[in-house]
Amino acid sequence: MIEPLPLSTLAEGPLFGLPLTQLWFGLLFVVLGTFLFLDGFDFGVGALFATRDDDHEREQLLSAIGPFWDGNEVWLVVFGGLLFAVFPVVYANLFSRHYLLMFAILGSLILRGLAPEMYEQRHDRRWQRNWGRAFVAGSLAAPFTLGVFVGNWLFGVQGVASAASLTIGLAVVALTVVDGAAFLGLKTRGNLRAETRLLGHLAQAAYLVLAVVGLLLGRSVPHVDVTAPTTLALLGLTVVLAAVYVGASRRGRHYVAFAAVAGQVYGLVALVATLLYPSIDPAAGLTAEAAIVSTLPLNLTSIGTALLLPLVAVYFVVLYSAFDGPVDEPDAYS
Amino acid sequence: MIDPVIASRLQFAVTTIVHIIFPVMSMGLAPFLIYFTWKEIRTEEQVYRQLREFWTKLFAVSFVVGTVTGIVLEFEFGTNFAAFSTAAGELFGGPLAVEGMMAFMLEATFLGIFVFGRERVTDRLYMLSSVLVGLGTWLSALWILIANSWMQTPRGFETVMESGQPVVMLVDPIAAYANPRFPWMYVHMQNAAVLSVALFMAGVAAYFVWMNRDTEFWRKTMKIALAVLLISAPFQAIHGDAYGRHVADTQPQKFAAMEAQYDTESSVGLKLLAFPTSFSDITDPRAENLYVVELPFVASILASGGDPGASITGLNDISTENPPVAIVFWAFRAMVGLGMWFILLAFWGGVRWYQGRLFDDDLLAKALVASSLLGIFTVELGWIVTEVGRQPWVIQGVMKTSAGVSPGLTGAEALTTLVGFVGVYSALLVLYSYVVTRLIREEAPTRPATPTDDDTRGVTVPNDD
Ligand code: HDD
Ligand code: HEM
Ligand code: HEM
Repeated sequence: MIEPLPLSTLAEGPLFGLPLTQLWFGLLFVVLGTFLFLDGFDFGVGALFATRDDDHEREQLLSAIGPFWDGNEVWLVVFGGLLFAVFPVVYANLFSRHYLLMFAILGSLILRGLAPEMYEQRHDRRWQRNWGRAFVAGSLAAPFTLGVFVGNWLFGVQGVASAASLTIGLAVVALTVVDGAAFLGLKTRGNLRAETRLLGHLAQAAYLVLAVVGLLLGRSVPHVDVTAPTTLALLGLTVVLAAVYVGASRRGRHYVAFAAVAGQVYGLVALVATLLYPSIDPAAGLTAEAAIVSTLPLNLTSIGTALLLPLVAVYFVVLYSAFDGPVDEPDAYS
Repeated sequence: MIDPVIASRLQFAVTTIVHIIFPVMSMGLAPFLIYFTWKEIRTEEQVYRQLREFWTKLFAVSFVVGTVTGIVLEFEFGTNFAAFSTAAGELFGGPLAVEGMMAFMLEATFLGIFVFGRERVTDRLYMLSSVLVGLGTWLSALWILIANSWMQTPRGFETVMESGQPVVMLVDPIAAYANPRFPWMYVHMQNAAVLSVALFMAGVAAYFVWMNRDTEFWRKTMKIALAVLLISAPFQAIHGDAYGRHVADTQPQKFAAMEAQYDTESSVGLKLLAFPTSFSDITDPRAENLYVVELPFVASILASGGDPGASITGLNDISTENPPVAIVFWAFRAMVGLGMWFILLAFWGGVRWYQGRLFDDDLLAKALVASSLLGIFTVELGWIVTEVGRQPWVIQGVMKTSAGVSPGLTGAEALTTLVGFVGVYSALLVLYSYVVTRLIREEAPTRPATPTDDDTRGVTVPNDD
């Protein structure tokens, strides 16, 4: 018989003496990165939707993300929940300080989520044209506002936005277009794939430029050290992965290309995390150590997360393998 | 400029009142969908396949709107109630985080399979998906209601001062999460969801039966819905009755507001029906002024658990300011009144069914159609009682709502988003109603499910309006 862990010991110190503050700081950015990568291709497909006007192709784009986008978006909900549970002060400060920006993000997500569902409800031209536009608008606005938010967070911007955070917003839009094109490499064939690939390559170039410009614009903030070894290493890695993406997608190695985009997304959040640390909310002068919740709830959330996140990974494997392969027919999944 | 406290409260009210509609639909539909899927796989009867397909479409639309409105709530605690989030994050954040990982992930991933995957996966995995999606919706209610019930009956914590602000520290997680209100709330809420969906299904079915687009499909739907109604409607009232006693024990101020009881009295009757005798009784109901039909001693019996002479503490004898009594009082009356109506409706249908005349009673059909949305409406009323009744507290007895609002928030910002939400959410509701009506009109099966011969097909009224 295993003795159940008495609750009182959970209040005494961090679980197994682990450096929980650092682990949680890292994990939160992993969760944010996973959201940006997964929902990123949904946004990217939404942006690329603007470039297709053939009904059949548009249906294919919607089918490609149909079963996935909802699950992908939950990573943002989980990010919000975990930030609330582990760094409640940061959750409260950050979101109330960027009040209007937060609601711009939420509004964009509403538009993006609702539009494809509405698009499919009726088959007349006007209806589909309008919901198609709404879908594109939401898919561009969501990564842009999210990027601005991350930029504001990193650069400690107090007002609505700064030049640096606006540039980061554009960089994130470009990155999601790359992500969407790489995803369509796996999900489509022929003309559609070839043409979206080209746009993906353009977006890739734009991303590299915008990311570097954004960082240079923001470098006046003391903790944004653009010449730190980790910063340079992550930037170098991003350039290499960009080359891998372009090369692999040309040669039809679509999984490799997709993985190279994933690497760039995690590279971006890693860059934000390393520039921030040990601070977690520079504008409020808060370090991760000062913002962490007390021991008992921290241990409980850690146990819950350790049990649940692996299970979530299993759900995603089941879902993505049930719907693997390209969507050739308009209604391939229904 | 408008007070940011008022604007934030109004905004929270608007956003949750709209959000809850969709979870009620999905939580209530879940057990029906599991049943239809199981029967479809077991019996291979066409009618179950049609039932599953049709109601799954409705589920999918509700889920999408539930998701987009839910995300707003997840962040609204931080944007508008930053002081509350900082002070109570220790207890409040955990359930929300676990809800995301345990419940929303489960629903959102397996819903992909459940909606798009019937032909792609095995029967077994498909059946499992229906159960997991349903489980996900019920688990999300579990965690969110743990969070809410803790605000009603907070336990398992200590308050300490940190830089001049009170902060709630978790000391006993079991006492906090299994707080006294939680089981009451969960049972009442989940049964309300099932009851609301049964009413909705019965209403839609009655409409088609009445329009003579009957077919096996709608008759079957109506019987299934009625059977569920016959159990859930009486249960809701019996349970609500006991729930009221618990509220009187734990939140006497709210109970007094529900009864508009200003003076502490003993041997109080339950005001079954209350009629205002003047206009001011509507906006300012006071037990002593109303013309009431009451059950003598019952309020006392309820509040005390059996003692007809027990006294009920009146609002005048509670030191904090009153919640808006009129809203709480009338919303509570309306919830109970509608609850009684649902029982009547269920029995009426039951008697007709027993007599073998279920599909011949036009008045019953009209009553069912008219009541199809009342279940959801009643859920809103119940929540208004719960949330407005706990004012001025955001955490009962621990933190006032006015102290919970984000300190830096300006009236202009709060007003901007409030107006935005009223606009966007009204549009959302219009759109949702449009899509649901359209689904019912155009996608609902209106031909015989298993045509016996070509004649029956010929006489079916085409469904093309
Ligand atoms: C179909 C919906 C429905 C129906 C018919 C009823 N209720 Fe209800 N009621 C709700 C739906 C609801 C709810 C889901 O909206 C609430 C809000 C919070 C909760 O737990 O359930 C609620 C709350 C709620 C509360 C608690 C308020 C609080 O926590 O502060 C009480 C005392 C009752 N109800 C009592 C009743 C009684 C005596 C009913 C008699 C028929 C009744 N309800 C019918
Ligand atoms: C979905 C059903 C719900 C509805 C319809 C609802 C309705 C409302 C309403 C009308 C108010 C405004 C009360 C007032 O200011 O007078 C409110 C406030 C609030 N509710 Fe709810 N609520 C619901 C569920 C929840 C849940 C599940 C939680 C927590 C997990 C919650 C937390 C809050 C908070 C924090 C406030 C703001 C502070 C306050 O005004 O007390 N609500 N809600
Ligand atoms: C006021 C506090 C509330 C918050 C913060 C909240 C949060 C959320 C969020 C973030 C989602 C989207 C999840 C996804 O992406 O799938 C959601 C959906 C959902 N919520 Fe809420 N919610 C609240 C109130 C409630 C209440 C009171 C219930 C039920 C008792 C509930 C039940 C659900 C369900 C079942 C869903 C799944 C979507 C659907 O089926 O429509 N929520 N909620």
